[in-house]
Amino acid sequence: MKALLKKVVETFGPSGREDAIRQLLLDEIKPYVDRTFIDNMGNLHAVKEGKGARVMVAAHMDEIGFVVTHIDEKGFLRISPVGGVAPVRCLYQRVLLENGARGVVGVESVKNPNDIDFSKLYVDIGARDEKEARKLAQEGLFGAFLNEMTEMNGLITAKSLDDRVGCVIAVEAARQLKKSPNEIHFVFTVQEEVGLRGAIAAAYNIEPDLGIALDVTGTGDTPDAPKMPMKLREGVAVKIKDNSLLVPRRVKDFFMRVAEKNKIIYQPEILTFGGTDAGAINLSRSGVLAGCLSIPTRYIHSVSETASLSDIEEAIKLLVKILESDVKKELED
Amino acid sequence: MIHILEKYSKAFGVSGHEEDIRRRIEESVRDHVDSLSTDFMGNLYAHKPCGRKNAPHLLLVAHMDEVGLLINGVESNGMLRFVLVGGVDPRLLVSKRVILGKERVPGVIGAKPIHLQSRDEWKSPIPLSGLYIDIGASDEKEAAAKVPPGTAGTFHTFFEAQEDVVFGKAFDDRAGCALITELLMTEEDESYPVDITAVFTVQEEVGLRGASLLAERVRPDFVIAFEGTTAGDVPRDDYASPSTEMRKGPAISFMDRTAIGSPRLIEHLKKTAEKNKIPFQMKKTVSGGTDIGVIHTKGGIPSVVVSVPVRYIHAPRGILAVEDYKNTIRLAKAALMNFKEVL
Repeated sequence: MKALLKKVVETFGPSGREDAIRQLLLDEIKPYVDRTFIDNMGNLHAVKEGKGARVMVAAHMDEIGFVVTHIDEKGFLRISPVGGVAPVRCLYQRVLLENGARGVVGVESVKNPNDIDFSKLYVDIGARDEKEARKLAQEGLFGAFLNEMTEMNGLITAKSLDDRVGCVIAVEAARQLKKSPNEIHFVFTVQEEVGLRGAIAAAYNIEPDLGIALDVTGTGDTPDAPKMPMKLREGVAVKIKDNSLLVPRRVKDFFMRVAEKNKIIYQPEILTFGGTDAGAINLSRSGVLAGCLSIPTRYIHSVSETASLSDIEEAIKLLVKILESDVKKELED
Repeated sequence: MIHILEKYSKAFGVSGHEEDIRRRIEESVRDHVDSLSTDFMGNLYAHKPCGRKNAPHLLLVAHMDEVGLLINGVESNGMLRFVLVGGVDPRLLVSKRVILGKERVPGVIGAKPIHLQSRDEWKSPIPLSGLYIDIGASDEKEAAAKVPPGTAGTFHTFFEAQEDVVFGKAFDDRAGCALITELLMTEEDESYPVDITAVFTVQEEVGLRGASLLAERVRPDFVIAFEGTTAGDVPRDDYASPSTEMRKGPAISFMDRTAIGSPRLIEHLKKTAEKNKIPFQMKKTVSGGTDIGVIHTKGGIPSVVVSVPVRYIHAPRGILAVEDYKNTIRLAKAALMNFKEVL
């Protein structure tokens, strides 16, 4: 799992430019499912056939990044964020553009660090002047941050655990899944970071009976953190609410029941901000039951997102057991 | 060529009150399409099939509504209170001419004159709460009879051509409506290899509301939206990256707040422009949204926005370069004619 995670987090794929990560995930999951296809939006679907409930498992494969909006006369690129990118977290990060060009994010001199916003940031691609810069990059090119995955005392630190960790959980669950009565659609969604757009399109097409998003969640276990119960190493988080979704009690109870029965370590997730693909699935068509399994993660939307390997293992176990249940029966009122 | 833009720019059509502009568009496109229809929201559909089997189905979309205001009260002295419809900067309203309702009642946006203002009030722009509309009525009864609450209003702006530019209101998005109209006006001997459904939408400026039902009604394979978008080539002190620039050709959007443009369609537009030596530019800001935002996610429909740069959108008077308008038509026409390259 660790080797796969490393490969997956280090692959390029900002919202709208998910080609490389999609290909990688397709190759990884193909042996474990009955069929795969890519929809018009770019979502990757991997389906395990079954006669029972239709379950959509969504993990978004896009990551936050930026888009080149301007090339100045000295050959530096100006950028706008793609997804929720905090300007200070970009400082001096190495970046990769979709055409393979590399760069580093610099900043104009500012009196006060609070003055840093995207109009003060630029990407240095090593160009001598505008002419050379225009050969290396053009307006409209998308880019993403670079970082290697590292391990520290059972925790892993990497870019884009949000939500490549969800993608890996989905692949692993597909691999470990033995017998399931359900028709399972593993969907690796696009454009989550710019507004759950891939999941909106996918849920519309699939019309699932149950949606399960796999994503990261914030934690309350660091100095002066927001007051939230989630902690690293305390198991998979079963979502109760975030800003996009109030998980229906039937769904939450079902997930927790499965965890208890199988002695899987879990914790409740009450997130005071943010949303996931589950919110989009929930509002699809005339309303769809939806929930979310989350990995407590520190430093979300930075290049050093940090999570616990043990929590990821618990999440895989819980997802497998949920998918092996008779979902139709479990969700009866 | 510019007379269609003129006709549309002059039309009345604040979000939710699009009857006049819809009637004018119907008039202009009727003879050039197979059929016209409207839906319960008020969107206008023009169908132009090509008659070929399995031809791709394109949705061309522009919104016909404009930003404006809505009367929400009458003072005892006959002055009208109003709220804004869509994104209008309240600081630019004072002393502007407006026309109100079906009767086109003229009015002016009034405010406390400078000699009655306190020193403190000099320091900041007059807020919306300090503005009212004066139609010259002598009292509440007279004003309410002429302009009852609920009446919509828009800027009273002339359309003028000077050198190679035109001045007028509502180029966002009457420019888009006019472009699509010109695209539908094909010659006898020319025909697009695609089925076209052109839709002129309502209520875009208040949240893409008209377009929200298009994907399911039209079920297109591709979407191209036409916009009059902000041109930022105006004097600024700080580092400025103009969103688009006048006289530099149609602007293609790679991304905005509501959608990421389809790379396939963007590539097609760029290649078509290069092959036909049509100038074009990439829109360099990613703010704002368009109708494709609520269309493309319905199952995933490749979509793109092409815009004519307009200085001072959402203001009483905008400026547009005629060459940009013509080049946008050329580009769109060529892109439709060789659409098979996308497939």
